Order: sequence, then structure tokens, then C-alpha cells
Amino acid sequence: MIDPIILFFLLGAVAGLLRSELRLPAAVYDFISIVLLLSIGLKGGIELARQPFVTLLPQMLAVVALGFLLSLVAFPTLRYLGRFNRADSASIAAHYGSVSVGTYAVAVAYLGSREIAFEEHMPLLLVLMEVPAIIMGIILARGLSRETRWKSIGHEVFLGKSVVLLLGGLLIGWLAGPDGLSSIEPFFFDLFKGFLALFLLEMGLITATQIGSLRKHGIFLVAFGIVMPLFSGLVGTGLGWALGLSIGGTMVLATLAASASYIAAPAAMRISVPEANPTLSLAASLGITFPFNVLIGIPIYYTMAVWAHTALAGG
Amino acid sequence: MQNRTTKLLTIITESVLETTLARELDRLNARGYTITDARGKGHHGVRNAGWEPSSNIRIEVACDEATAGAIAGFLEKNYSDNYAMILFTSDIEVLRLNRPPSTAT
Repeated sequence: MIDPIILFFLLGAVAGLLRSELRLPAAVYDFISIVLLLSIGLKGGIELARQPFVTLLPQMLAVVALGFLLSLVAFPTLRYLGRFNRADSASIAAHYGSVSVGTYAVAVAYLGSREIAFEEHMPLLLVLMEVPAIIMGIILARGLSRETRWKSIGHEVFLGKSVVLLLGGLLIGWLAGPDGLSSIEPFFFDLFKGFLALFLLEMGLITATQIGSLRKHGIFLVAFGIVMPLFSGLVGTGLGWALGLSIGGTMVLATLAASASYIAAPAAMRISVPEANPTLSLAASLGITFPFNVLIGIPIYYTMAVWAHTALAGG
Repeated sequence: MQNRTTKLLTIITESVLETTLARELDRLNARGYTITDARGKGHHGVRNAGWEPSSNIRIEVACDEATAGAIAGFLEKNYSDNYAMILFTSDIEVLRLNRPPSTAT
């Protein structure tokens, strides 16, 4: 049975492709994404209140390394196989090393409706994975030159909307704990899937607008938008297994690795590497990778996680 | 009421530049500016303001000709190559609503 939230995504995509008048006001989209980011942060924060921070340190370091690594794999692929210029390759690589909160939310909903447990502190890993690839993308485009204005870049990267809201939610959840949050639970947790459905409707509309620019940029970008997340998903699965995560947790980490950013990375790259063409990275991450992950990728990553846990653990 | 003829510099560009440009305008001696959200179509295709990467802003600065020229020159040199951006000036008459001359605009 297909999850209804996926149907909202398809509704948006079809309406967009048919050039329907349907449009969510930008303020509504902003509001919904703020609610989603805070909900995800709060959920993770509650879990942090339950377990000692130090035990999570190896996982935290590993996902930061993963973010750097994925952008370092994507860059030469784009530069030498795809023949993109340096700035474009670096920018797209930053998008693919960073993560998509929307994809994460769909993966969580997928596990939720199948009642599969996963490590609840995943939002902490999510926020840690947002930043490294963006920094790597800027270095790949610019080199480590003295002219780079690291102060303003740091401001853009660490104080962007998604990092602030996720970290803020984590902190509030951590400080307040499960009991403290019970008063706001109906809004942030019970309505989560409703907000996610509206968010995906808008994502469908935005995805549809990217299809046109994909036609211009050709087959390589389409192939990259599918093969790169599959590769990253495989790496994420291996890492999740090695870190001793549950099947659900391994699948979430694989999804995080496979997802491509479309909130934090575009804004940061637009400011820091202005000569990179934003249509290329958005067409790939939104026009191809987001729908691929949401519709096909997530079940594949789940299968990978199950496979890793049965094959590698010997049953 | 004494009216004053001056220039109105209008900049239509990407929303992502808002904070950066506000800082630059202060530095380039603009005494004030007005920013509004905008959408439309141009060299960079349809910018429908559905979400931030496709949103535009319209910045209006009332200033003397020299300041308008300095701002326009600076933006052209540093931003117009890589960002969706159009600049134009027009002559305007600022209405002085009988304010004492010392009051800043």
C-alpha cells in the first residue's frame, strides 16, 4: 500500500507538470518547513536527554567524515566524467554530500508506518551531515585561498535556517525532556505527517519546475542524480552496519547519505560560489534525486539495510 | 512644502543577496532603502517566488546622482556577472512634507 504522503508528492508533481494554477504561498512553504525542522530537532533532543552524549561521539565523527567523503567522490566524477567546470562540479558535489531534511522525514514516515524502530537520535547526525560537504564544496571551488571570506561563509553555513532550527529543536528537546514537551506534542508530533503531506505537495510543484531545465542539461546529470544516491546509500548502509545501528537506523543513515540538499547547500553555494550555475545543482537534486529517493530509493535502502544485517552478521 | 529632485535607483535581484546587499548599501553611503519581494521573468527564466532560490527582491534607494552611480558601478563590477540583476535609475521628486530641514530622511 502506497503511503498517502507520497500521493501528495505525486499530486503536486502532476499539477505542476500540467501547469495548474496551484501554488502554495512562499510564506506557507516557509512555515511548514520551519515546523518540520523543529519537530525533527525536538524528537532527536528528547532522545539525547536519555543517553550520555559521549557514547554517540564515534557516530558523530563518522557521519562528519562521511559528508566530506561523499562530496570528494562526487567532485571528480562530475569534473572528469561529466565535464562540468570546476565551480559547477564543486557546487553539485556540495549538494550531494549534504543532506535533505524532506527525504529524511519521508524515510522516518516509511519506518513509522511499518512500525520499524530506529535510533531516535538520528536528527543529531542529520544536522552534523548538513555542513561538512558545503565547506568541502567551497574549498573544491576556491581552494584554500586567503581571499575567501571565511567569516561570512561561516555565518551563512552555520547560521542558515535549517541548521539553526534543527540545533535549536535538539537543544529545546534536550533541555525540556519528554515530560516538558508533552504540552506542545500535539502540534509538533501528532500533526507531523499532515505537515509533511503539505510539504511534499509543494515539493512536487517545485520538482515539476525543474524538469524543464533538466531537458537542457542532458543525460549525464540524470544518470548522476540516480547513480550517486545509490552509491552513497550503499556507503551509508555499510557505515550504519559498522557503527552497530539497528536495521531501521542503518536505513535512515543510508537515506541521509543518499539524499541531496536543497535548502542549506543552494543558499550557501549561491553566496560563496556565485559563478556556479544554480540551475544545474537544483535540477539534479530536486528534479531527479529527491523524487527518486522518495518514490524508489527509500524502499531500496531499506532492502540494503536488511541485507547488510542478515548477510554481514551471518543471519 | 519644498520638493527636492533626486535619483531613484532600483535594483531587482535574487533574494539570496538581501543581507549582503543591505550591508554594501550602508557602506556605499545610501541613507536608506526599501526592499520588497518581487517575482517575474528575465534572462534567468521565470522567478515565481515559490521558494527562496526562485525569489527576487526589489531594492529602491533614493539618493543623489553620485551615490547612485557609485552603487550601480559597484554592483555591476561585483555581482551582475553571476546573479540575476537589473539596475535602473529614474528622476524623482521627493515631497518634503513640511518637515524641519534638519530631519533626516
